[in-house]
Amino acid sequence: MISENEIKKYVAKILKDLAENGQAGPAGQAGQGAAAAKSAAQPAVDDGAILPDILEEDLSERIDVPNPHNLEALKAIKKITPARIGVGRAGHRYLTHTLLRFRADHAVAMDAVFTDVPDEWMAEHNLPKFQTVCENKDVFLTRPDLGRRFGPEEAAKIKALVGSNNKVVVFVADGLSTKAVTVNAIDTLKAMTDGLKSFGIPLSAPFFVKYGRVGSEDAVSEITGAEVVVCLIGERPGLVTSESMSAYICYKAYPNIPEAKRTVISNIHRGGTPAVEAGSYIADLVKLMLEKKASGLDLKL
Amino acid sequence: MILKTKLAGQVFAFNSLTDVLARANDEKSGDVLLGRAARTVTERTAAKIVISNLTLEDIYENPVLPPEKDEVSRVLKEDLSMGIYSRIKKWTVGEFRNWLLSHDTSGEDIIRVSRGIEAEAAAAVAKLMTTMDLVSAASKIVVPSTCATTIGLPGTLSFRNQPNHPADDLEGIKASLCEGLSYGAGDAILGVNPVEDTIDNTLAIMNLLYDFMEKWQIPTQNCVLAHVTTQMGAVEKGARACALFQSLAGTQLANDGFGVTAKILDEAYDCIHKLGQAPGPNLLYFETGQGSEQSIDADEGVDMVTLEARCYGFARRFKPFMLNNVSGFIGPETHYDGRQIVRATLEDHFMGKLLGIPMGMAPCYTNHTKINQDDQEMATLLAAMAGANYYMGLPVGDDVMLAYLDTSYHDDATMREVLGRTPVPEFFEWMKKMELMDEKGRLTAKAGDASIFY
Repeated sequence: MISENEIKKYVAKILKDLAENGQAGPAGQAGQGAAAAKSAAQPAVDDGAILPDILEEDLSERIDVPNPHNLEALKAIKKITPARIGVGRAGHRYLTHTLLRFRADHAVAMDAVFTDVPDEWMAEHNLPKFQTVCENKDVFLTRPDLGRRFGPEEAAKIKALVGSNNKVVVFVADGLSTKAVTVNAIDTLKAMTDGLKSFGIPLSAPFFVKYGRVGSEDAVSEITGAEVVVCLIGERPGLVTSESMSAYICYKAYPNIPEAKRTVISNIHRGGTPAVEAGSYIADLVKLMLEKKASGLDLKL
Repeated sequence: MILKTKLAGQVFAFNSLTDVLARANDEKSGDVLLGRAARTVTERTAAKIVISNLTLEDIYENPVLPPEKDEVSRVLKEDLSMGIYSRIKKWTVGEFRNWLLSHDTSGEDIIRVSRGIEAEAAAAVAKLMTTMDLVSAASKIVVPSTCATTIGLPGTLSFRNQPNHPADDLEGIKASLCEGLSYGAGDAILGVNPVEDTIDNTLAIMNLLYDFMEKWQIPTQNCVLAHVTTQMGAVEKGARACALFQSLAGTQLANDGFGVTAKILDEAYDCIHKLGQAPGPNLLYFETGQGSEQSIDADEGVDMVTLEARCYGFARRFKPFMLNNVSGFIGPETHYDGRQIVRATLEDHFMGKLLGIPMGMAPCYTNHTKINQDDQEMATLLAAMAGANYYMGLPVGDDVMLAYLDTSYHDDATMREVLGRTPVPEFFEWMKKMELMDEKGRLTAKAGDASIFY
């Protein structure tokens, strides 16, 4: 048991220490000035220093196994798989670094799905925005069927923008990754536009579809009478990249068209097919589809 | 059959068994999407009350899909033990729940009636149960199975080593395989999902795994999760495999989409029985998941939980070595958040065990769902308490081929240590011989180093 006397002495000491540090209570309490927070007893904040971005680290270079049996072998196998191996352990759990990197990769992936493409981005790139019948992200994610449809008003607006009887209609849809679209879509669009121009194929004004699934291109095709429709859309992010975009291209699409009738170019990102390269490839494909009047499995490549 | 009840002064009338089964489900986005979910909490409760009063005979006499039109229903009917069924058919679903949970009912008692329980009856009773009910009832039921070794024995917990690679690179597969083995993952099976579904590729991966098992004398079994007909082609061409894999669904329409019929599965069993490397008798590996039918528009109006139970009823005719459930694989259109995935995991494990299936679990999620690591870990621990036979094991839970998240090699070791379980006995001996595990089943300092195999 601590005697009353000892407690009194202890309290007196604390009060004395506080008085010497110019404080009357714990740091951070209301009424404390900035000077008090920077008192000598507090660890100094180094405003000039910053922790590095752990996502910048190349995991294939990192080995966390202490004293491995064969370090050279471990280094070699890290290079042949993107799997998170050689990570070591804290007891039976992950080391803190492994856990934080996993969380960081997952955070980026989730934010790519759950944040909206900013209106400023569309304005900057002159992409008029249309929305499917999904009223919010939640509805979009839980109702794949609604991400393929437009209400009559939006449909009329799309028609007013691009008209009917179009040769080629292109649009960008957010799909499951905002980041994939904002990082890749513009470069792909430009390269595709240049390619089609060189072939003398007319292209309608591009636009953006908010809360759009792949199947929204069927509705777009129907509304605009497009011969070929191209949808640039964000793919579901993995932990390795959140920036992967796909292009779904379809000849004379209509609602509920079999999936096999679409031609897909997936993995458009800096680690896969670069955006510019994908754009010129899409232009070539569109030209071929117009010639062969087919897409998907019907188009022999 | 009574499909109406009064509750809180209101009358709730359901128009069919299929309807009341759907409305009784705890909330899942998949049921909401198709307009089958209860519209109010009171309606959901009313549906549960109606179900509790149905007899097992009511359910048997009113199949959700007619056997004349649906192969799954036909197999369920043919495979049901009428002798056992006639003994229990007068039980109401409510009485059935009480019986399952009673201290006077042992796991052996449950197994003895299992073949007289219809899949839809298993689904119905699950709908009356809470989390602890599902854990408690399932934890009594022991369903071991034998391929080359035996999994699911009391006191053991097993894992599939899932060393997938995005380009099927054999050295890349081997790298993850070694990492997992150094953590003790792989006593259930060494199983790879290939990217390329061809006979030659499947053969190459089967042999890679089998050669590795032979070289290091690992007492386990191997499998490559291509389409079952591709695997048969590989085995007929001389590939060395212990088990054959196939995804199953709860309707014939969905199975058509998967390219599988009862006949194909019978042929697969005969093929691996004759040409495989394991004595059996359990030689097939199945995967199922709530929502797989509706994701390909093949649910035929039946809810996800009921269809999932039908998968198990269909599967048991083929005496599987393992069946695991991947209910979090599809996304928020079937399971919206952590609570829904925990619920699905426990429902599926319970229904499977009740129907006599050696259930493994894959509590998993995709990056476009509001499910996080904590939710997944809770589902995993709860299902382990419920007695799941096995789980998956992946490097840090990240499947670099299928782009989803599942349990990890670390999780495998954690569950064994936390729950005091050990691997399959022969595999446990192997781990000790390799100095990777101590007598208690705890990882040694050497564990977690893939380079011991290089």
